Amino acid sequence: MQHKYASPKFFYTLAGQLTPWAATITALLLVTGLYLALFIAPADYQQGESYRIMFIHVPAAWMSMFIYMMMAGAGAVALVWNVKLAEIFASNCAPIGASFTLLTLATGSLWGKPMWGTWWAWDARLTSELILFFLYIGYMALQASIDDPRRAARAAAILALVGVVNIPVIHFSVEWWNTLHQPASVSKIGAPSIHPSMLAPLLLMSLAFTFYFFTVALMRMRNEILERERHTTWVARVLDPES
Amino acid sequence: MNWSEFFSMGGYGFYVWTAYAFAALILIFNLYLPLRRRKSVHRLLREFFRIKGQTR
Repeated sequence: MQHKYASPKFFYTLAGQLTPWAATITALLLVTGLYLALFIAPADYQQGESYRIMFIHVPAAWMSMFIYMMMAGAGAVALVWNVKLAEIFASNCAPIGASFTLLTLATGSLWGKPMWGTWWAWDARLTSELILFFLYIGYMALQASIDDPRRAARAAAILALVGVVNIPVIHFSVEWWNTLHQPASVSKIGAPSIHPSMLAPLLLMSLAFTFYFFTVALMRMRNEILERERHTTWVARVLDPES
Repeated sequence: MNWSEFFSMGGYGFYVWTAYAFAALILIFNLYLPLRRRKSVHRLLREFFRIKGQTR
């Protein structure tokens, strides 16, 4: 399948035009989100000021799962329809997703120490998030271990699709196993049990992280497209307008 | 607003600011990587086309 929008040349140009916009929206959302999170939202009645870690931790955790689903979804598209662009997108999701997973684990640890009295526990939520981190690392290692980029992408996509079972496990872990981690307060059935003054920065930070993800993913994809398409005349023209 | 009170975060300053600093680090690092790669890809490909042009 080689639709106009899926052609690397067209996408390279489009991504170049979209990146500054995505970056600007990210910056605006981040500034507003941080301002509300640190200056406007009141202290929590149980956890005091420590709960402000939530404004990083929860959006990062959502991103860790969202990026994984994007990666597995794009991997499936690349497997079934052989879309090169989907393949490039999937492989560039992995390091960004791994970063957000690491951020989730680290901020969770920094929140757990003062609130639970421990940096780490083998709680179901924590363990399944750690497995997600290993899935990202495994995906990257598998891809790096195969020389042919197309074969590497296919193998990695299969691994990503198998790992999708972990996503509902992470999501429902707080309901299935009643251990240390607190249950969801935003995505539960019915109205969220969180005050609007805390919900607003949480959603803004999540949007900021989402736009950030698309910004850096587009940047990464442009680099990889240039490298992969170096034998074409359009890349030669992009790099050397004289030729 | 009192700044020292703000930075102390009700005694949780270490945990809160380490978490935010780590987030900043992750965001900056993931922005720096593609910027650096862009530079090296452009440099490598210019070299690639230069050599290709010579052998033609």
